[in-house]
Amino acid sequence: MARVREFHQARWNEPVIFELSTPGERGIVASEAEQDIQKRVGDGVSRLPDKMIRRDAPALPEVSQMRVLKHYLHLSQGTLGADFNVDVGQGTCTMKYSPKVNETFVRSPEASELHPTQDDATVQGALEIMYSLDLFLREISGMDKFSFQPGGGSSAILAMASIIRAYHEVRGEADTRDEIITTIFSHPSDAAAAKVKGYKVITIREDEDGLPDFEALAGAVSKRTAGLLITNPEDTGIFNSRIAQFTAVVRQVGGISGYDQANANGILGITRAREAGFDMCFFNLHKTFSSPHGCGGPACGALGVTSDLASYLPTPVAEKTDAGTYRLNHDLPHSIGKIRCFHGVFPAVLRAYAWIMSLGAAGLEEVARIAVLNNNYMLKRVTELEGAGAPYAVGRRRIEQVRYSWEQLYRDTGVTSEDVTRRLADYGCHLWQSHHPFIVPQPFTIEPTESYSKDELDEYIACLERVVTEAYTNPEIVKTAPHRSVVHRTDDSWFDDPAKWAITWRAYLKKHGCEREG
Amino acid sequence: MSDMVHPYIPNSVPQVKQEMLRAIGAPSTEDLYSDIPEELRFRRMMNLPQPIAAECDLVRHVMGILGKNQTCEENISFLGGGCARHYVPAICDEINGRSEFLTAYAGEPYEDHGRFQALFEYQSLMAEVLDVDVVNVPTYDWGQAASTALRMASRIVGRNTVLVSDTVSPERLAVMTNYCTPALRIVPVAHSRATGMMDLADLGRKISGDTAAVYFENPSFLGPIETEGEAIAEIAHQCGALLIVGADPASLGVMVPPARYGCDLVCGDIQPLGIHMHYGGGLGGFIGCRDEERFVMEYPFRLFGIARTSVPGEWGFGDVAYDRTSFAQREEGREFVGTAAALWAITAGVYLSLMGPKGMRELGTTIMQKSQYAMARLSDIPGVKAPAFDAPHFKEFVVDFSGTGRTVRQINEHLLAHGIFGGQDLSGDFPELGQSALYCVTELHTQEQLECLADALGCAVKGDECHGEGA
Repeated sequence: MARVREFHQARWNEPVIFELSTPGERGIVASEAEQDIQKRVGDGVSRLPDKMIRRDAPALPEVSQMRVLKHYLHLSQGTLGADFNVDVGQGTCTMKYSPKVNETFVRSPEASELHPTQDDATVQGALEIMYSLDLFLREISGMDKFSFQPGGGSSAILAMASIIRAYHEVRGEADTRDEIITTIFSHPSDAAAAKVKGYKVITIREDEDGLPDFEALAGAVSKRTAGLLITNPEDTGIFNSRIAQFTAVVRQVGGISGYDQANANGILGITRAREAGFDMCFFNLHKTFSSPHGCGGPACGALGVTSDLASYLPTPVAEKTDAGTYRLNHDLPHSIGKIRCFHGVFPAVLRAYAWIMSLGAAGLEEVARIAVLNNNYMLKRVTELEGAGAPYAVGRRRIEQVRYSWEQLYRDTGVTSEDVTRRLADYGCHLWQSHHPFIVPQPFTIEPTESYSKDELDEYIACLERVVTEAYTNPEIVKTAPHRSVVHRTDDSWFDDPAKWAITWRAYLKKHGCEREG
Repeated sequence: MSDMVHPYIPNSVPQVKQEMLRAIGAPSTEDLYSDIPEELRFRRMMNLPQPIAAECDLVRHVMGILGKNQTCEENISFLGGGCARHYVPAICDEINGRSEFLTAYAGEPYEDHGRFQALFEYQSLMAEVLDVDVVNVPTYDWGQAASTALRMASRIVGRNTVLVSDTVSPERLAVMTNYCTPALRIVPVAHSRATGMMDLADLGRKISGDTAAVYFENPSFLGPIETEGEAIAEIAHQCGALLIVGADPASLGVMVPPARYGCDLVCGDIQPLGIHMHYGGGLGGFIGCRDEERFVMEYPFRLFGIARTSVPGEWGFGDVAYDRTSFAQREEGREFVGTAAALWAITAGVYLSLMGPKGMRELGTTIMQKSQYAMARLSDIPGVKAPAFDAPHFKEFVVDFSGTGRTVRQINEHLLAHGIFGGQDLSGDFPELGQSALYCVTELHTQEQLECLADALGCAVKGDECHGEGA
């Protein structure tokens, strides 16, 4: 029987770093120039015209070294990383194990002390890893060439929207094709990044099975259609079995299709972008391919395209020469230019390479199959909980995640999805409320990945069960949660009021005075 | 794989897998894919290399490949131009390697309170360096920050033309050009060939009632420090345009922050602040501004704010004006927001906490001294001009080799053979500078290394073999 932990997170009541300042203390001493240098050039700063010299030093806190360390260690203890919990409650984000051995690679000087414009001859190892990962992802997706420049999933979506525009520009249709189609359960950035590239966004709503409505798509495409940006499975975890018809109908009107595979964890080796008719796809290396999320980056949206679109990729791309060496090619005829400076987040590329090498083809497929098994196991267990439901496609299998609903719980007890997420923190668990818009009432999304054992999944269910029981018997304890987390309920009235919000410590001091209450 | 349980996949233990399949009433995992039509199924084994299951073998394999790299640690590197080698205090790596920060993502402000506070503190510390009241949770890099600053200005002012100095980084300009197409028209503004600073006459000719913003970088990509920021701000503001300046935070312990000469939106990169280069993966972009609603509401990125909790004396944190974001409003939000560079922001916060006011001043002073010394030493070499522009510089400067009759390519090949990564070749992006290279000197360069460079260059420009010691 799975045990609910009587967890209590570290609560240091940690001051803001500025409150720890004592004039004269310091955390580190910077290096001084050698005497000979000082003799020849003087103080250096006098070379600046007087008006450009900063006379007052920045008002940074003055804190001794150990105290700085302690402060940030306290803050780290107030953060529940995936390494600490059964991190299945952040659905769509693929919170899997990020192998520690890969951190040793990333932190080695052979990886960390490389400058992005070094001569290709001096970065043969880095280029070999980029090129090899390109080959791996080609096989996984069926695409023909990858770029690792996008700095995250949204950045890769922007790259896809940029390629759509460049593609139609080359055909003289950039002005007439001004619409991009996406779906309501695709990531918000599929709509938002398309808008950034000047497109009118058409959002296809879900049908009664929770799948994007094919008839609505068929009615929406026209000579104005530039492209389709879509996820599959979407946030619901239901596989859209008509996906090839979606891309075909877009192709028929002259549009191209981009596959948002930020999360592809359930289908590695099972089904691919190419066979579904996509022209482009991207994988978040910080999701499916194990690079850690880092509180929100650095990250990589690895962007793959078919050979027809390879000349549109951002530059440079890694290539192998006939001589067996590696080089960066800066010259692609239709390139969209750059999505991010230099070559993207190499640490993420390196980790993904090592992760794939550790698993191989059969291992990747096992990742997918176990992730899906875990998810369907969770689907069964969650829907057995009182007050929980899984809208759409009842009785059907799901792929890697499920968008659930606490609607019944809310009706029965008045406890909201947000209340449950706060109370789960008291048991050492995350639960995410999902992206707006809340089409599914009182939503939550669970994605168990392949990383957690059955025992751990049972433990997570036991925690949900405990909170559900509390909701029906003692709803107040849920509504007033958290009780055993780092802090208590935050008064969020400041966050949307320009007169009160304080985005920096100095803004806080200006708006709310310098004395701390209590 | 079927006969091996991989350490990363616990439920591939056959008995456990069977138990779970039984629990959900499925004969096999194949049953779980019944929604995928057969024509979409990939029915062969993927063609990938044989796996290296043992961790010790994986280490040997990966380190073997990485060993083919030549690093900026074991060589002497003068590469900059948007990414540079600065000292990384030990505590920076200690904190960003903590499992809690490394593996957290998007939890609530309770169980992830520490993440929220650390990022709020980053914003606050950067605000002191920049002398502004608002700083964002970072975006991908300076290129993205500059791009978004241009689009913010366009929305704030309601105009679609932006004037951009022609001395900005080509990397960043490429990012900006893609990001601003088709919404904005980017018009270049010329620079003085003598000083590298903005040509105010050209600015005067090009600015108009259509101008949303003027953007320059200070120091510029080519190194010169723009001293006429105030005049540029006045010209911009008179036309109702905003001034956007890109700045190197490492310079702001000694240089006045752009906000003090009329800059409305300041942007740049945090990589100099305690973050390794990572082959360009160590970047993170900031945008800072005054605390005005019309500015704040145009940020696409997360902005964490401080608040009270139900317990007196306790700090809480959360998202400020979340409804402006694409998370809340999809395409009706401001641009878009997503995973970018938060771990580097936490790292930069640690760095600034350690450095304090004195450290930032010392850092800036040392860099200016060393770069000036390097320029002086290189100018001693016949035919070499350093800097190429008559202006004050911070850490980067153009070295003009045109007088030596040698190309930058030839010179860099010579240097490389002596363990020196010479400056970035500018002859492609800035042909008007002739055979010039962008050199970057930081606090990490020793006098000995600078002498070594001068000696090696002395030989290189003559085409001689060096007889001095290599690096």
